[in-house]
Amino acid sequence: MIVLASLAIALPFCAAFAGMLLGPRLSRLLGARPLPAAESGTGSGTPDAPTTPLPVVRPETGPVPGGGPRAAEMGRLVTADFALRGLPRNGPALIAVVPTAVATVLALVVALTLWRDPGVRGGTLTLVPTGSVDIAIGLQVDGLAALVGLMVCLVALAVQVYSVAYMAKDPRYSSYAAFVSLFTAAMLLVVYAGDLLLLYVGWEVMGVCSYFLIGHHWEERANSRAAVKAFLVTRLGDVGFLLGIFVLGIGAGTFSIGGVLDAVPQLPAGTLTAATLLLLAGVAGKSAQFPLHTWLPDAMAGPTPISALIHAATMVAAGIYVIARLYPAFLAAPGTLTVLGIVAVISMLGSALAALAQDDLKRVLAYSTISQLAYMAAGLAVGAQTAAIFHLVAHGAFKALLFLAAGSVIFVAGSNLLGHYGGLRRAMPVTFWSMTVGYAALVGLPPVSGFFSKDAIIEGARHTAALAGHREPGAGEQGHAALGAAAEVPPPVPDIPAGAAWLIYIGLLVTVGVTAAYATRAWLMTFFGEQRTSFEAREAPALMTWTVAALAVPAALLGFFGLGAAELRPHLVSAGVSLLWAAGGIAVAHLLWNRDPALDPADRLGPVRKVFDRAFYVDEVYAALVVRPVRAVARAVVATDRHGIDALVVGTAGWSRRAGGALRRVQTGNAQAYLTGLLAGVIVIAAGVVILL
Amino acid sequence: MHAAYPAVVSALLFSVGVYGVLARRNAILVLMSVELMLNAVNLNLVAFDALWRDRLHGGQVLTLFTIVIAAAEIGLGLAIVLLVFRNRRMVEVDRLTELGEARRRPAAAEPEPEPVAAAREGDGT
Repeated sequence: MIVLASLAIALPFCAAFAGMLLGPRLSRLLGARPLPAAESGTGSGTPDAPTTPLPVVRPETGPVPGGGPRAAEMGRLVTADFALRGLPRNGPALIAVVPTAVATVLALVVALTLWRDPGVRGGTLTLVPTGSVDIAIGLQVDGLAALVGLMVCLVALAVQVYSVAYMAKDPRYSSYAAFVSLFTAAMLLVVYAGDLLLLYVGWEVMGVCSYFLIGHHWEERANSRAAVKAFLVTRLGDVGFLLGIFVLGIGAGTFSIGGVLDAVPQLPAGTLTAATLLLLAGVAGKSAQFPLHTWLPDAMAGPTPISALIHAATMVAAGIYVIARLYPAFLAAPGTLTVLGIVAVISMLGSALAALAQDDLKRVLAYSTISQLAYMAAGLAVGAQTAAIFHLVAHGAFKALLFLAAGSVIFVAGSNLLGHYGGLRRAMPVTFWSMTVGYAALVGLPPVSGFFSKDAIIEGARHTAALAGHREPGAGEQGHAALGAAAEVPPPVPDIPAGAAWLIYIGLLVTVGVTAAYATRAWLMTFFGEQRTSFEAREAPALMTWTVAALAVPAALLGFFGLGAAELRPHLVSAGVSLLWAAGGIAVAHLLWNRDPALDPADRLGPVRKVFDRAFYVDEVYAALVVRPVRAVARAVVATDRHGIDALVVGTAGWSRRAGGALRRVQTGNAQAYLTGLLAGVIVIAAGVVILL
Repeated sequence: MHAAYPAVVSALLFSVGVYGVLARRNAILVLMSVELMLNAVNLNLVAFDALWRDRLHGGQVLTLFTIVIAAAEIGLGLAIVLLVFRNRRMVEVDRLTELGEARRRPAAAEPEPEPVAAAREGDGT
C-alpha cells in the first residue's frame, strides 16, 4: 500500500520531466496536424483586465522558453474547441493527464483500503545518517493523509483536464502542464510524507512550482512581480517552518512524524510552544493567514486553473494539513492555538470584508480563500480537528469548482472585472448552475457540502467557548495533564482562554454574514441583470464546462459523508444562528443590488469601500515598514560600496602609481648613471660586509 | 717577485678602466675602458698562475678565454657604435637616453590618472 502511495507520488513527478522534455516530440510522433484557422473567434480578444490576461496569443510566439518547437503553430492555429478532439494527439496534454489520472486511481485505492481497515501504515525506504538525528525517507499514510491525498489528486486531475482547453492557445502549455504535474507530486509528497524533513522537501518544491506558475505569463511585469512577491513572502514563513521542524525534531530525537507525536507528552512545554509557533509562521505563509497573506490576492496573476489548483484547493491547504498532521503537538501548546485562533479571526473577517469590495472576480475568490482557510485554522484552534479537515476537503472541492467556473466566465467574457459581466445566466447555464452550487457551499447553505463543514467548525467553537467559560482559572494544569495522558475525550478541547474562544466563535458567525454578502454580490453581478460590455456570451468549451460540472457533484454531495461522524452532524443551535447570519448577508446584498442591477452593490459602502478594496492598506503598511527601509538600506549599501570599497580600490591604484613615480624619476636612460649606481651599491655592500663581519 | 707588484698594477689598470666607463662620454673610449678592465683581470690571472706554478695553467687558459670574449665583445660593440653614429651623427653615451623614462613637461608633472586620458592627449598633439 505504501508502494501504491509512492507510485502515486512518482508518477506525476516523472510526468513533469517527461512532459517538459518529450511533450512536443510526442505530439509530433502522434501526428498532430495544424488546424484550419477557421475556428478562431472564441471570444478571447485582447482582454482589458488590469491584472490577469487571458491565454492570448502573443505576437512573439517564437522561441519562448519551454514552449517547444510547436509553440508557434499551436499559438496560431489550435483553438480551444479543438482541444477535446485533439486530445489523443496532444503530447503534453497526454503526458500531463494520464499519469495524474493513474495517480488518482492509486490514491483512491489507498483511501479505500484505509476506509475498510483504518490504521496507520508506514514504510521507510532508507535512513539518511546525518550524525545526530537521522532522516528517514519514508511515507506514512493514515485516514487523514489518504483523504487529503485523494482530494489533491482529484482536483489536480480536474485542473489538468480543464487546462487542456483553457491553455490550448498558450505557446508554453508544455512547461505549464509539467509544472502542474510537479506540483501535484510535491503536494502528494507533503501529504504522504512520514518524515518532517521529507515533508519540508515537498513543501518547498510546491513553493517553487507556485512561483513558476504565478509567473507563467511573465511577459507582463506585474505577473513576474506577483510571482516574486509570493515566493518571498512564503519563504519568509518557511524559515520559521524549518526552524520549527528542527526544534521539534531535535527535541523529540527523531524527525519521523509518528516518533515526534509519540514524544510530545515528554517534551517540555516551552519547547513545544516555541516549535509550534515557529511552525505556525510557515503555516501562515503557506496558507495565507494574516501577517503573511498579502501574496495570495496578487498570485491571481497566474492562469486561472493555477489559482484553482494551487491558490485555492491544495497548496494553501497544506499549512492547515500540517497543523492537523501534528495536531497533538499543537494541542499540548495552548498558547500557540490561541495565537492561531486570533490570527484566524483577523484573517477571516478582514479578508471577507476585503472580498466585499473587490472589482476583480478572481480577487474576490482569493480573499474568500484566505477567509475559508482561516475557518479551518479557527476550527483547529478550538479543537475541532475533524471539522477543520472536513472543511478543508469540502473547500478543496467547492473552491476548485468556483475558480474553474470563474475561469470559464473569464474565458468567455475576456475580462476579470465583475463590472464587465452580467446576465450570463442564460448564455452559460452549466457554468451558472455549477457556480451556484459553489457559492452555496461557500456561504454554507443547507444541502451542499459547505453547510455541514462550516457548521461543524462553528459548533466546535461554540462548544469550546462554552467550556472555556465554565472552566475555573486553576484548571489549566488538570486539563493539560488529561490531554497529555490520552485524548480519550472526543473531541479534545484545547486549553485556550475563554475570551479567545468567544472571539473566535463570534468572528466565525460574523464572517458567515459577510461571506454571504460578497458571494451574493459576485453571483448577482456575474449572472443576473443585463450584459454590461459587448462580448459573445456563449458556453465555454466542452472540456472546461464539463470539468466544472463534474466538480459540482462532490461540492454538492460531500457534506453527506459527514453525517457518518458524530462531531460532524449539524447542530440545531449553531446551524440556525449561522443560517440567520447568512440569510442576513444575502438579503442585504440582494436588496442593495436590486435597487439598480446595473450598479455595483459595493458602491453603497461609500468611503469604506476604498479601505476594503485595498484590503485595509496592509500592502501599503508593508511598503512603509519593510520595503522602504530595505530599499534605503540597499541604497546605503550601494553608496558604501561605491564611495567606500570601490574608492579604496581605485585609490590604491592611484597611490601605487604615485609611489612608482618616484622610482620612475631614477630611470633616466643614461647607462653610465646606472653603472655608477651599480658600483656604489657594490661598494656599500662590500663595506657593509667588511664592517659587520 | 713579490705578488704585490702585479696586483697593484692591475688594480690601477682596473681603476682607470672604471673611471673611463663611468666618466667618458665617447662610446669608443667607453669600450676601450672596458678593455682596460678586462686586461687588468688578465694580468692578475697570468701573474697568479705564474706565482703559484699551477700545473694545469688554469690562469693562462682563462686568459685566452677572456681575450677571445673581449675580441667578440669589441666587434659587437664597435658595430653598435657604428650604427648609432650612422643614425645620429654622434656617439655620446650620456645623450643616448631613448630608453629612459620620458621627460615630462612641467605642466604634466603630476602622474596622469588614466592611461586612456594620456593616449587621447597624445592623439591630440
